[in-house]
Amino acid sequence: MQQEFTLTIYSENRIGMLNQVTSVFTRRHINIESLTTSESAIEGIHKFTIVIFSTKGEVDVLVRQIEKRIDVLKAYAFTRDEIVHQEVALYKVPTSSLFEGREIENLVRQYGARILEVTAEYTIIEKTGHKHETQELFNKLDPYGVTQFTRSGRIAINKSRKEPLNSYLRKLEKNGVNPSAYKK
Amino acid sequence: MKESQTQPVKMTGAEAVMQSLINEGVDLVFGYPGGAIMPVYDALYSVRDKINHILVRHEQGAVHAAQGYSRVTGKAGTCIVTSGPAATNTVTGIADANIDSTPLVVIVGQVGSTLLGTDAFQETDIVGISQPITKWNYQITKSEEIPWAIARAYYIARSGRPGPVLLDITKDAQFGSLDYVYKQRTSVRSYTPYPPVDPYQVEEAGRLVNLAKKPMALIGQGVVLAGAEKELIEFLEKTGIPAAQTLLGLSAIPSDHPLNVGTLGMHGNYGPNIMTNESDLLIAIGMRFDDRVTADTRRYGTKARVIHMEIDPAEINKIIHADAPVLGNVKESLPMLTGKVSKNDHSLWLEEFKACYRIEDERLISKELYPDKPQLTMPEVIRRVSAAFNDDAIMVTDVGQHQMMAMRYFKFRQTRSVVTSGGLGTMGFGLPAAIGAKLGRPDREVCLFVGDGGFQMTIQELGTIFQSKVPVKIVLLNNNFLGMVRQWQEMFFDYRYSFTELINPDFQTIAKGYHVPSVKVTERQDLDEAIGKLAAAEGPFLLEVLVEKEGNVFPMVPAGMSVEDVRLE
Repeated sequence: MQQEFTLTIYSENRIGMLNQVTSVFTRRHINIESLTTSESAIEGIHKFTIVIFSTKGEVDVLVRQIEKRIDVLKAYAFTRDEIVHQEVALYKVPTSSLFEGREIENLVRQYGARILEVTAEYTIIEKTGHKHETQELFNKLDPYGVTQFTRSGRIAINKSRKEPLNSYLRKLEKNGVNPSAYKK
Repeated sequence: MKESQTQPVKMTGAEAVMQSLINEGVDLVFGYPGGAIMPVYDALYSVRDKINHILVRHEQGAVHAAQGYSRVTGKAGTCIVTSGPAATNTVTGIADANIDSTPLVVIVGQVGSTLLGTDAFQETDIVGISQPITKWNYQITKSEEIPWAIARAYYIARSGRPGPVLLDITKDAQFGSLDYVYKQRTSVRSYTPYPPVDPYQVEEAGRLVNLAKKPMALIGQGVVLAGAEKELIEFLEKTGIPAAQTLLGLSAIPSDHPLNVGTLGMHGNYGPNIMTNESDLLIAIGMRFDDRVTADTRRYGTKARVIHMEIDPAEINKIIHADAPVLGNVKESLPMLTGKVSKNDHSLWLEEFKACYRIEDERLISKELYPDKPQLTMPEVIRRVSAAFNDDAIMVTDVGQHQMMAMRYFKFRQTRSVVTSGGLGTMGFGLPAAIGAKLGRPDREVCLFVGDGGFQMTIQELGTIFQSKVPVKIVLLNNNFLGMVRQWQEMFFDYRYSFTELINPDFQTIAKGYHVPSVKVTERQDLDEAIGKLAAAEGPFLLEVLVEKEGNVFPMVPAGMSVEDVRLE
């Protein structure tokens, strides 16, 4: 059965890693719903968070095919209930529309959004939440003239107690591979 | 082999490439020079007494030759080519090596680093292009990265499940200088080439083996890559389990071993296909359930539990669910399993395979080997050539009908005797691969079977054979057709022979042009004498045999059918 999976992938920080990771999906004709990437909590290690629709059987194979890439340290796939996740959305509205009534102010309060910057011409509103929440706020703000709207990819934290990569790296160290000796 | 260089020595990047190869024990490379790799070729000129360079006629040939070399020696093959079109010409060979797990290091020149991304002359993004078909690749833009990258390349190519690695070296990195030190690589932290064998998984597998009434072993190339032939035989002989092999698993056990029941797959033997769905336990050893082996996976191993012994975690449960996966190197896990199983005898079960073989022999094999029609058949030629080499030659093939027939009729006494393009099915693979195989094992006879289609895809490598005096024995099975496609057109497209007939050149004249002695046979009565000439030749030799124009390869599991639907005619 097709369902949403959030993949968390840890890799060395090398040129071309994104291409290596995404080509595993491209090969299987799988669309990437969302993708974020940046340095992880561990220095020098990159973290990718990728959302796809797939089946349990396929995603297990995908994870192992991603891990097969030499510079990938570890990959995990989580179902929706195994993670807490957020996205950030930014909205730009004309500042003049703020003065035309209390509606925008009410929406900001009601949706737990905040105002980031106000200039004479425009106001930037920020909201974090799930996609449907940021979308809902967009739909509400749009009648007041949203001139720009942008949404980030998903970031996620899994509900298990530890960062899984930490224990993996410790295992590597125990097996005699000293990660700090890796530097070329 | 000098594996390390601890005292820094000042040298250029190009010299460091050569020194690194020497430190890795490389003494043979296949290549083709050009603009962006000229500094490396200049450095090669100075060490040509240590590194033998074979000048091919096309870069694809360099990669296939390196593959042939690797497949018979177990070492990593090495190629050196220039940038742009040369780099893209290596792509087919790299893809072939990747899908057939062949260790290669392909060194490619690149434009200067300041020109990267500017559409410079002979610039191509070969790192991007080769990314999905290499085990690892890397672009070197600084001279001091060269020893590090080459050490890593050979370590990754050779270890675990082997595969091709591509290194893209910019021209300025070749020209620049560095303080050269060298240390062979023994680990990469993000890479686990040999997953530790889990004793509990072995325990479970052993339990299934002991319970099984009709077990069947499926032997893949993993056994050969691991050098676990002896461990395999010990397991089989203790348990008495019949063993079938994949195309690339051929020669892991001798053809005449009493437990060898033949080959699997679309054109494999009748028994192994039929018995896959009679067996109650499939023991897959270093094989990956290719679709040409399994046919319809929903009707595969219908009565069987599955043990999957495999080094690559990505293969477990990829195609066929494993009831007992045994992850790890089979060289390690097979003896552990042998220790867990009781001595057994499955002669009644083995007898069922023999009964199948008798059916196949009566309805097919005897007719193919002793035809009552005047036209020569591929099987009779192949079997006689095999015998002329005392069934102990290295068999190289191209791709198509002759390949499947060679798989069925050539015989083997020792391991690493098969060089063929299995996963990718690359026409044009055979001739250059045979060159590499012969250079890798000059002590053994190397016999190439090639069709008239595939021969013409890399025919220019006859020039390499002449120039480098490579005594390859070539058997050209000429039916003036793209035979395998024609067979499918006959069977599934109502005899509509859409562009499969070839109007061929005179191959004898071509061979003469390349100074390769040759003979052409059109009649059965001339065959033995011609094969005698082929076997006796000191140097290269081409035997062209005009075979039956519309011969078909059987048995056959038609596409979309189950292994049990295997057809004998």
